[in-house]
Amino acid sequence: MESVKDLVLNYVKNEYLEEGDDRVIEYDTPLISGGIVDSFSMVSLLVFLETKFNIKIPDSKATPEAFDSVNNIVALLKEFNVN
Amino acid sequence: MAYNPASRKIYSDQLDELRNAGIFKEERAICAPQDSEIEVEFPIGSQKKKVINMCSNNYLGLSSHPEVIKAAHLGLDKRGYGMSSVRFICGTQDIHKELERKLTQFLGTEDTILFPSCMDANAGVFEAVLTEQDVMIADRLVHASIIDGMRLCKAQNDSFKHSDMEHLEQKLQLHQDKRLRIVITDGAFSMDGDLAKLDKIVELAEKYNSMVFIDDSHATGYIGKTGRGTQEYFGVVGKIDIITTTLGKALGGASGGCVSGRKEIVEMCRQRARPYLFSNTVAPVIVEGALRVLEIISASTERRDKLEQNTIFWRKSLTEAGFIIKEGETSIVPVMLFNAKLSQDMAKDLYNEGIYAVGFFFPVVPKGQARIRTQLSAAHERHHLEKALDAFVKIGRKYDILGKTKQEIIDKYGL
Repeated sequence: MESVKDLVLNYVKNEYLEEGDDRVIEYDTPLISGGIVDSFSMVSLLVFLETKFNIKIPDSKATPEAFDSVNNIVALLKEFNVN
Repeated sequence: MAYNPASRKIYSDQLDELRNAGIFKEERAICAPQDSEIEVEFPIGSQKKKVINMCSNNYLGLSSHPEVIKAAHLGLDKRGYGMSSVRFICGTQDIHKELERKLTQFLGTEDTILFPSCMDANAGVFEAVLTEQDVMIADRLVHASIIDGMRLCKAQNDSFKHSDMEHLEQKLQLHQDKRLRIVITDGAFSMDGDLAKLDKIVELAEKYNSMVFIDDSHATGYIGKTGRGTQEYFGVVGKIDIITTTLGKALGGASGGCVSGRKEIVEMCRQRARPYLFSNTVAPVIVEGALRVLEIISASTERRDKLEQNTIFWRKSLTEAGFIIKEGETSIVPVMLFNAKLSQDMAKDLYNEGIYAVGFFFPVVPKGQARIRTQLSAAHERHHLEKALDAFVKIGRKYDILGKTKQEIIDKYGL
């Protein structure tokens, strides 16, 4: 079964890379500070995580830092017992 | 004093950063009315130079049209210079109501409300009609003013990849639990010159019970057989729930904008849209000018037809000369150069050749997609475009980019 880490990574690639965009995204690639995800479209990611894992991430936890890499997101998910 | 040397340094350092990054914007002084040929002082204070204008939004060439100027004078004489009021206190004149009716007829909607600008319309409309129970799903290349408006609104926001209908459908499916859904897009995209796939968007919106919003500022007046905009081009007149557009481009180019669409939504804007409630009424002189513009373009399609011919000529000529342009249906024709410095150097050389066009690069457009954006006008005569083409070819040869692929240009100049 696809791990949570890969599930998030694949979502980020499909969601944020346009066709022909050959940037490489890995687990530790900076997403927001690296300009791949802007803070505005970060909401897509939040909605995806909440829907996929049936959790509610409060605004205080949904910070640009917490969403800045796949590794950070996985760490955040652990707080909600998603492993 | 609060504004002490330390405060001053904070700002001067920030301005220096902009200069060092090469993204400091300088204004050019146009010493003439807006037209296809203008006198420009650049830098300000230098000798005036006569140039062909390839970068204005004066799509229909009405910005300095004698009949529009005459109507504006009439407005000044009949209804004065200003109203010194917002609309709902003592700022609504008969001519404001008349212009709102005429715009409604022109756009084929139910009702219209004027705003000081389309920027204000976009900033105010979402907050006025949506709540936290709703979701806004926007194309990722929408205009900055829409993004500002969405930020001011409590509804959830989401986005879809530019013109990617499959991605939009996924988002509409994802948000079926919301009270209201609204798909948000530009009608014509200002940097790329392409149109939103409005027929497909309307189809998806109907399937997933969503409203549709378009900002048609770069299309109103000339896109579609009679210039009614993107909705006419795609045969979906009457199916767009909210249209925002401007009087500041094809429709005379002065200022002012509007929200047009479902009557209840327009009424909600009258009650709640903050830029409407808290800023001055559109000046009478502009209202009368805009009324005359609508008469001119409703009576004949001559100007939009001429613009269409100019656009076909320009797109074909640039392509045949070996430039890479962004394909599209509008009179916005971006010449792709990919490298930021190349776009600035070429724009400067073109200016020296008497052609006024501006190079755009990150953050205005994505990294690696620097370009010179050219815009056509019905005010252009064929000789203007031929002269502009000669200059483009000359400068294109100088930089050896004609007939080169994207990769070859990137290999030569970098990204």
